[in-house]
Amino acid sequence: MAETPIVIQEQQYQKIKFVLGKLHQESTARVVFLVDKDGQPIAVHGDVGDIDTTSLASLAAGNVAATGGMAKLIGEREFPTLSHEGEKEHIHICIIGRVLLVVVFDERSSLGLVKLRVKQVSAEVATIFEEVMRETMKRKQDRNEFFSEITDEDIDSLFN
Amino acid sequence: MTFINYASREINCKIVYYGPGLCGKTTNLQYIYDSTAPQAKGKLISLATETDRTLFFDFMPLELGTVRGFKTRFHLYTVPGQVFYDASRKLILKGVDGVVFVADSQEERMDANVESLYNLEENLKAQGYDLMAIPYVLQLNKRDLPNITPVDDLVTELQRKGEPVLEAVASKGTGVFDTLKAVAKQVLTELRKS
Repeated sequence: MAETPIVIQEQQYQKIKFVLGKLHQESTARVVFLVDKDGQPIAVHGDVGDIDTTSLASLAAGNVAATGGMAKLIGEREFPTLSHEGEKEHIHICIIGRVLLVVVFDERSSLGLVKLRVKQVSAEVATIFEEVMRETMKRKQDRNEFFSEITDEDIDSLFN
Repeated sequence: MTFINYASREINCKIVYYGPGLCGKTTNLQYIYDSTAPQAKGKLISLATETDRTLFFDFMPLELGTVRGFKTRFHLYTVPGQVFYDASRKLILKGVDGVVFVADSQEERMDANVESLYNLEENLKAQGYDLMAIPYVLQLNKRDLPNITPVDDLVTELQRKGEPVLEAVASKGTGVFDTLKAVAKQVLTELRKS
């Protein structure tokens, strides 16, 4: 593998959940997701309903990657926000470093309010992820010890 | 890039199926999806053209089981194989933990296999990866067709680093899970070593 795995500890996860909860409430969104830029869902808060969160995370990341590709072609670094308007449900995506804030909202909210609240929590999300990356590097030894305990039998048992 | 969540006790890894157009990448994923129990899989997302050619990617999440209390989930992606979708292929390789190269065994597709493999190496390099250093498996698909290149010749042309080589007939499922197991094992073993 070319890169060190990203590790989220319980405490950081709770911080993320708190920020998502705050954003969800203040933007009167239906549901708020935090997604890794590679397409892994990290956390969600709100009324998920029938939404397949894993698929949404993957597609949001693909969406951002595709529009990022287009941005580079026209001389932009990236498009930091993306908005999609539906008949009843809408999506707003904001890139914050290596994560995406994905907000699904309906007529109870508005794009302007969502954008404002997302902007207000962006710095907090960025700070939490800086901490995640710092802790990931700091706890490399602990992680190495955990993974070194995984045996060939453990791996083989996944495929039986 | 592997993602480990201690709070939800999950290990998430990304595997990409690569290869020339119509070699069987989507067929591999379709077979895995159709053969997996509902509780172990998510939806199969296919972003395709009207003629069912992959346009951007196919995606399905797969839960393999638990290791030391951690759920291991693999996110399987395919790339579009047609030559002019190179920009999209580059994007989908981002964050990859393991690669399966699906080769089309038909004689007339040898050049396409070689070109696609070269393309894989270049696109991995562009994303900061080295094919020689990442978990990687070579699948020789379509072994049931009449006009196929012998395995030894395919291995000579396409094997890069002594990686596992698996024969397959993805349309019937032959070799599909063996291929997946081979690359998933490499990914987890690499995680343990690193």
